Parts: sequence; C-alpha cells; structure tokens
Amino acid sequence: MKVAIIKYNAGNIYSVDCAMKRIGVDAIVTDDKEMIAKADKVIFPGVGEAKSTMEYLKHHKLDLLIKDLKQPVLGICIGMQLMCANSEEGDVDCLGIFDAPVKGFKPDGINKIPHMGWNNLRIEKESIITREHEGKFVYYVHSFYVPVNEFTIASTDYIEPFSAALNKRNFYATQFHAEKSGDVGESILKNFINLK
Amino acid sequence: MLAKRIIPCLDIKDGKTVKGVNFVNFRDAGDPVELGRQYSMQGADELVYLDITASHEGRKTFTELVKKVAAQVNIPFTVGGGINALEDVDRLLNAGADKVSINSSALRDPNLINQIASNFGAQVCVVAIDANFEDNDWLCYLNGGRIKTERKLYEWAKEAQERGAGEILFTSMTHDGVKTGYANEALFELNKMLTIPVIASGGAGTKEHFKDAFELGHADAALAASVFHFGEIPINELKEYLAKQGIPIRI
Repeated sequence: MKVAIIKYNAGNIYSVDCAMKRIGVDAIVTDDKEMIAKADKVIFPGVGEAKSTMEYLKHHKLDLLIKDLKQPVLGICIGMQLMCANSEEGDVDCLGIFDAPVKGFKPDGINKIPHMGWNNLRIEKESIITREHEGKFVYYVHSFYVPVNEFTIASTDYIEPFSAALNKRNFYATQFHAEKSGDVGESILKNFINLK
Repeated sequence: MLAKRIIPCLDIKDGKTVKGVNFVNFRDAGDPVELGRQYSMQGADELVYLDITASHEGRKTFTELVKKVAAQVNIPFTVGGGINALEDVDRLLNAGADKVSINSSALRDPNLINQIASNFGAQVCVVAIDANFEDNDWLCYLNGGRIKTERKLYEWAKEAQERGAGEILFTSMTHDGVKTGYANEALFELNKMLTIPVIASGGAGTKEHFKDAFELGHADAALAASVFHFGEIPINELKEYLAKQGIPIRI
C-alpha cells in the first residue's frame, strides 16, 4: 500500500511520518502531484496558520488536487480546518470539502486558549473512530474549531461542543493530533489505513 | 473534560539524562529515549527534554536525540535549552519536537517570543521562568538559576503572554529539589492573571503535592523529574490517585 503525506509549509509533518512508521506503514512525504494522486491513502497533516498555508496550497495548485482526490484522505488539525469552507483565522476561504466554517474560541474567563492537552471523544457516528474510542482521551492544540455539523463523526467539549472528527465520502479529518495521541491515536490511524 | 497533565522532565547532558537537586549535583537517571518511552507507557501526558549541554557538539547530539524521541514516543514533547534564535527552533521542530521552551534567551531578548509565535504559532512557544522568592518578591533568574535579574515573575509572565507565548512553565527555585510541594500561591496568582496554560514545576515530593498544585494552584499541568526518575512516584499510581481525588486526569 502506498501512503502519501502531503508536504507543504506546515509543521509537524515529520511527526506524522514517525507515527506511520510506528504502525508499520512506510509513507512517502511529498508535494509531487502525481505521487499524491496515485497513492492509496493520502494524509494532509499540519500545524500552522490558515491563511499562509492556504496561500501556499493555492500557489502550488495543491488545493485543486486535494479536492479532487478519490482515495481515502485524512486531514489532521490545520489540515482538517483547511478542508472546511472558510476560516476566521486570517479570514480566508479554504478548500470547501466540508461545508462548515472554522471559528475562533471565544474567551469565557474560565477556559484557557489555546485548547491544549488531552480531552475526551464522544462518538457521533461510527467511522474510523469507533465505539471502543468512546470517552477516550486524545491530544489537542488549537485556538480555532469547527462547530458540530452534519459531517461530525466525533465531538469534544471545550467552551462548547466542537467537531473532533469529520467525514464526508472519502474525506476524513481529525482536529486532534492522532499522531500524538498515544495508543488511542495509533488505533484511529490504523483504522484509516485499513479503510477499503 | 480537559485533563490536567502530568509531565516528566528529563535533563539531558551529552545525550544522557541527569537531574539536578537545586540545580547542582547531578545524578545519572538513564537513557533518555527509553525513559521517555517508559513514561509514555506509564501514562505521562507529555514529556520535556531540557538540554543542559553548553557545547556546540552537545547541540548536535541533542538534535539527534530529538529525532529518536520523535520516532519512538507517541505523545507530545517539548524541548528546551540553548534556544537563542529562530534557526534553533526550526531545527528542533524539524527534528520532531512539538514545542520549544525558551528561558534565558527570552529574558535577554523578549522579541524572540514574538518571532517564534509569528513564525511557528503561539502553541509552539513555551516560556519557562525560573524564579526565586526573596525580599518579598519573585525574582527571575537566568542561566539555569545562576544569574539574578531585576525582572519580577508576574509582570514577566504577563509580558510573555502578550508577546505570544503559548504556555508558561514556572519553576520555583525556592521549592525545586526540596520536595515540600509546589509554589501553590504563586501558581494561583499566575493562573488568575493569565489566559494561557500554566505548568507547575519545582517541589514535587508526594502525590498530594500534585493534587495541591491542581486544586490550590489551579495549574493546568504539573512537571517533575526526580520523583519519577527514581521510581519514588510511579506515574500510573499518581494518576489513579489524582483521578480518585476527583481531578480530571487521562487514565
């Protein structure tokens, strides 16, 4: 199986590659359009800021490529946010795969921002995240979030309930860092890799 | 519910783990990669690797170590020590670190915080503050607690947040190594005035001390070294204890 990790101007890509190796998958980190298009699975990872990463994707015409992929695609963190309609971070239009907005957490005087650390999953629809992951902790670092919507397959509460993970057709996404979420994260990554 | 984090800290010299008591007299506590992996299996929520090597060659060794940690450990980790410029941050993040912690370099050049935040995101930038309580005030220290400055803990923490720090790691030199508990009053003040997470450091000797840091100090995370390295408090037992006390903890 060929797994491509999309290389672009976002951080944390090496960590995703390491996580793949830990679950026995030798992935290719690449920005080569043909290699991405031909892969069996594509991972769109990242830590970064919406506007500058979106500009980079457009400049390198990776935006059109990602939208048209037919194989299973997994967006992680900023990757997930970039797959949505638009982001309040830099007020930028994103890929529009998920017709949902990305909003900034509003300070409530109690909860700190960024939402940083381990928080529980609530399963909304069984998918790559299954009943065995109900209530389990995953690792988050983010100041922007996707409200719960028709594509939400798992949610988490912080200030308000938000989308922990999304799915639409072949597109999957997690707000949490599956690659840094211990055994729970590795099991979710395996479920994605094992998708038919 | 967001869990309170337990963070073992590993001091690294020439690629090996050491732990200082009141910042001097080091004892060897094992292989850093293996120790990190063990901690993650015991339930550590994050790891901190602090490079206390001064030499240029030591830096290279440390970067290689960061790569090995990234390959083998499946939880987030922060690296610190000797980060003076954006190139250092870039090098360590590329080696797989999730966050960088800056201390003396931020006190000397506070603008480094702004630069890291704008180039890599605020979540990457942990500002570590070593402070000692003396003459009725918390004074910040440079160079691993060796050089006193005029900066005061609260105003420096506030400034660091305004400049874009993602977290504050506060080590009480007054409490460090003496195992009588964290600086809970100062932690409480910090948590009241800041909107970013605060990590408590310095003073852990018993399980109750961790509970106090969360309940009295309102800390978001608690860091410790020697009680973990020498097996005095196994992390899994600590987390079970805290969960029983009603503290939100990832088990």
